[in-house]
Formats: sequence, structure tokens, C-alpha cells
Amino acid sequence: MATLVSKRRVVGKMLGLLVLLLLWFSIQPLRAQPLAPEVCLSCHGVAGLDKARDGKKISLQVDGQAFARSLHAPLGCGACHSDASAVPHPPELKRVDCSACHAQAATDFSDSVHGKARENKDGDAPGCAGCHGSHDILRVKDPSSKVYPLNLPRTCGSCHGDPDLAKRHRIPVANAYQLYMDSIHGRALTRSGLLVAANCGSCHGAHRILPALDPNSSVHRSNVPATCGQCHAGVVRTFSAGIHGKAASDGNSKAPVCINCHTAHEIRRVDMEDWKVEIVRECGVCHAQSLRTYRDTFHGQVTSLGFTRIARCSDCHGAHEILPVSDPNSSVAPARIVETCRKCHPAANASFAKYDPHAEPANRTRNPLLFYSSRFMSGLLASVFVFFGLHTVLWAGRALLLRRRKAARSPEDREPPPAGESSPGEEEKQ
Amino acid sequence: MTDYYFRFTLGQRLMHGLLALSFLGLVATGMPLRYHQAAWAVWLSHGLGGFRVMGFFHRTFALLLTLCFLLHLGQVGYRLWGRREKGILWGPDSLVPRPKDFQDFVLHLKWFLGLGPKPAFDRFTYWEKFDYWAVFWGMVIIGTSGYVLWFHAVFSRILPGWVFNVALLIHGEEALLAAGFIFTIHFFNTHLRPEKFPMDLVIFTGRVSEAELRAERPSQIDRLTSEGGLTSLKTDAPPLWMRNFGRILGGLTVAIGLLLFFLILLAVLRA
Repeated sequence: MATLVSKRRVVGKMLGLLVLLLLWFSIQPLRAQPLAPEVCLSCHGVAGLDKARDGKKISLQVDGQAFARSLHAPLGCGACHSDASAVPHPPELKRVDCSACHAQAATDFSDSVHGKARENKDGDAPGCAGCHGSHDILRVKDPSSKVYPLNLPRTCGSCHGDPDLAKRHRIPVANAYQLYMDSIHGRALTRSGLLVAANCGSCHGAHRILPALDPNSSVHRSNVPATCGQCHAGVVRTFSAGIHGKAASDGNSKAPVCINCHTAHEIRRVDMEDWKVEIVRECGVCHAQSLRTYRDTFHGQVTSLGFTRIARCSDCHGAHEILPVSDPNSSVAPARIVETCRKCHPAANASFAKYDPHAEPANRTRNPLLFYSSRFMSGLLASVFVFFGLHTVLWAGRALLLRRRKAARSPEDREPPPAGESSPGEEEKQ
Repeated sequence: MTDYYFRFTLGQRLMHGLLALSFLGLVATGMPLRYHQAAWAVWLSHGLGGFRVMGFFHRTFALLLTLCFLLHLGQVGYRLWGRREKGILWGPDSLVPRPKDFQDFVLHLKWFLGLGPKPAFDRFTYWEKFDYWAVFWGMVIIGTSGYVLWFHAVFSRILPGWVFNVALLIHGEEALLAAGFIFTIHFFNTHLRPEKFPMDLVIFTGRVSEAELRAERPSQIDRLTSEGGLTSLKTDAPPLWMRNFGRILGGLTVAIGLLLFFLILLAVLRA
């Protein structure tokens, strides 16, 4: 009996469960079934669908074909527009929240200069869609993606090539896009399509872009060598061993890092003539006295005229591996100077290397003979020019005076000249 | 018809021409380096075809001027030992300064100030002698320092390297002195002063008129009249073509010189 009762109970429970299941499945279409894109596009695929928000007309049209090609097509519309689960949907939908899936990217972005600006209701600052696109979003590696390495500069440049926008937002580099496109990186990217060429993101990062003055920024002075070193590893190794690199890593804010000599955006080929000429002046921004004394030499005069086949700073001191003269490994250390001179002057010897490429005529202790020669020559020039200058002025004055007197006097009127005047011979002279 | 007398032989005139040509060339190809910061220097150095071409012409003109200098030394040597002309060492026909030059100088200064008559100059005035010796020693100093710089590899075997620092300084300073002096003082004393303006053609024609000689160098004409050497110097008036040749060449030289001087002045004042 008992078993019969229990059997009945089991069947009853199963039936109840079945009813519940049937009920569950029957309400599913009403509950969370995402709308098929075709349903949404029956309205949003129509051109001219728009509405006014804050007095501005915004388009509500979606390119259905682009969406079908996009990375997010399999997710349908409701994955992002979760509050549009039924037709008709509420008149104002929530903003699409990418962080629901892309949590890390969203956290990084909220730290970034763009994210902060958006927090401050800056309408110009890009959100996710600003760079990635919205319905047409593609994988980063897709060559059609707005953030594909070869396309990224143009995407960033849509804002960072606009001087007015830069002025509005006090962005220090107003034409980063134009500068970059002319740079060696930009040309490698646009002309040769080199994926390894640095694009905006290579240095600034993607989501967590920080202003250059932020010590955590990849383009903050202290981080620049490491950032460049991601590609230019060998150069950064020599740079770090040199006097500039050491000073920079010791936190000396005056020590130059990569961008001080090469600039940040308009980095040029180092074998271009104009760069070779300008880099000398660049060294002189800090090493003013060395530049001045260099300009007094033949080397410096020739480069000043714009010719480069002559010793420039880096030919003797090195470029990245610059070491102080006190370091025995330095190219200008006493032990190695002859070898350095020989790069251009094959016949150079120890006596030759006594030439001072930064001689200072005004410095008696450093260049005594030059000092006295300079003093003597200055004295000679001054005395000759003062002496003969006066001689000439007096002579010109006298000659002009006599000429005027002679012209004023008529030929018949030959009265004797005033006392202390010229000799009779003077009068005959014509 | 006015009598004319020879002042310069054809050889001396040619020598002056060679000197002037090479000097202008040296200044034009050298000053752009010294005044490298001036826009005209950049323009000129690039216009000439770059510093290597400029250097080539600078050295070519240097060789020309050296030739000029050596020819002059040879000529002086020949006149001294070949023709036994002791007069070129001392006396009125010599360029060596003598007491009369200092007296002339003082008298000339007094005349400038209206305190006395113009001194009676002889064949070479004190400022002409200064011109000669300034150019003479200028050539020695600029030439020596120039050759030391040119052949630095050779000279570095016998001289310490800092000599090149000194050589470059002296080369440039002495060149500035020479250019500044020639383009202002020499041009004024010889061509641009009111009595001669715009140009004394004697360095092209070699001749001066009797009136001019009497007015400018009364001592010489009196001396030659009494010694009887005047007639041997007598000649015809310079032909028109010769005067025009002198006007064109001289005008061009003075114009280029003044232009170079103006450019140097511009660079000095802006520095």
C-alpha cells in the first residue's frame, strides 16, 4: 500500500515538474529572447531615422551590412542594447556599457586622459566607439579596423590633427598627426606599410593613455628610454651606459632622453642633411659654451653654413654612447683621442691631437698662446682702424672743405686764402 | 698738349691686377666661413657650390697670390742684385720709410687741420708705403698661417696641434684687417677721396699728367727735373680704350670690394 502511495506521489511530482517545465518554456519568448537583428533593422535600417537629443539631431540608423561583418554580429543587438529586449522599446535607452565584457579595458580607460575628460563631460573626448567604431567594430588585427596599426594614426589624427581642438583642450602638441606623418615612423607606416613601425599606440598605449607630465605615462621623460627601447633595444642599451642615460636614470630632469634630440613626433632620418645640421644646434641648447667655441673652429663654421661632411658633435663624442672625457672609454679621452681624430684625419698623431676643437681665445689658462695672439690681433686691428679711420675722416673733411671753397669762388675772384690756409700749389691742383 | 709721365711699368700694373683679383677671390671665398652666421654667407657658400668648391677656389687664389708674391720677390731680387739698383733700398725711389715720411705725415696732419700747407710729397707717400708694407706682411702672415692650415697633416708632425688654433685665429683676424683696410682706407686714399673721386686710373694706364704730378708729388717732379730723369719717363696721354678699360675694371673691383666690406660690416654689427 505504502509503495502504491509513494508511486503515485512520484508520478504526481514528475507531472508537476513537467507542467512547470512546459510553463517555463512557454514564457521564454516573452522573457529574455534577444530580438533578431532583422527585427531591429526593420526600423533602424531605414535611412533618415533620427531623433533630437539636447536640441541636436542624432541619427538612429544602423548600417546592417556593416554590423553583419562586425566582430559583435554573433551577439546580436541585445547584448549591448540590453534594455531593448522587446518591441517597442523604451524611448531612451541606456548608454551601451562595454565594461560588462571588457572590464580591464574599461578600467584602464577610466584612468586615461580621455576617460577623465569624459568624466568631466567633455564632449570631444573619445569613448570606446570613438576609436573602435560602434556597430562596425572589427578585431584589432583586421586590416579594415580603425585601430589596425596602419589605420590608427588616421583615427587618432581625426582629433590630434586639429589645431582648433588642441587649442580648446590645451593639448601641448597641436599637430601631432601632421608631425607624425612626416616622421620616419609615419613614413615607414604609410609608405611601406610596416606593421613594426611605431604608431601612436606604440608609445602612448591604447586604453590607458596618460598625459606626458604624468610620471606613470609611458611618454613621461623618465619612461621614454624604456618606451623607445621596446623597439630600439640596442640603442637604449648604449644610451643607458652613457652620461646622458645615467643622468636621466638618476632622475636628473635636465638630462636629455631620446625625444630631446630626436623630438617626439617629427622624428627624422638621422642621415638627412638638415637633421645633421640641426642636431648640432640641439646639443648647443644645453652645451652653449661648447657650441660657441666649436663655431670658432673650421668644423663649426662649415656646419654652420649647412654642410655636413665635417666633424659634428657626434663624430667625436658619439651619439648615444657619449661618455665624459674623464672616462677612459670615452672617444675623447686622452687615450683614445688620436683614434677619434683618425676617423677623418688618417695621418693624425699625438701632436695633431693637441689641437683644441673647443679652443677659447678668452681663456688664458686653457689656451695661453691663443689668448695672447687674440689680444695682439685685436689690438692691431683696433689701432690700425682707429688710426687710419681718423686719418681718413680728417682728410675727407679737409678735401671737401677746400672743394666747396673753390667752387664758391669765381675764377676772377682770386683773393688770397685765409690765414693758415693751403699752399699756392694747392690752388693749382685740380 | 699736356705731357704725361710713367708712374707704373706694365709689369707693375699686371702685378697689381693679379694681386687685386686673387685678393677679391680670397676674401669672397674666405669670409663666408668667418661670418658663417650671416645669411649672405650661407647663400654665398651654397651659391659657389658648397664649402669644398669654395675651399678649392680659396686655395687656387692663394696659389695665385703666392705666385704674385714670389714674382715680386724675384723682381726685387733682380733689381737689387742683377741691375744693382741700390735706390730701391733707400731714398726717394724706395718704399723703405725714411725720416721725410714722418715729417710728411706730421705736415699732412697739420694740413688736415688747416694749420699749414700741404707737404711736398715725393714718388711714394707715407700712406702708400704703409699700404705696401701692410700688404707685404699681411701676405706673409696670412700666407704662412694659411699653408699651415692647408697642410695640417704635414705640419702636425713638426708642430703641436694647438698651433692650428693660433693659425686659424691669426689667418682670420689678419684677413679681416686686410679686407677692412683695403676696402676702406686704401680705396679712400687712392680712389674715393674728393681729389681723386671716383677713381685714380694710374694703376691701369701707368701714366700721370704733368699737372697732376706737380700737384701731387712736387718733390718728385722737381728732383727729376734737376737730375734730368724726367724726359725718360715722358710719354703720350693714355689712349681712350685704356682709360675705359681702367674705369670698367677699376669700377668693378671697387664695387665688389665695397660690397664685400658692406657684407662683413653687416655680419660684424649683427653678431
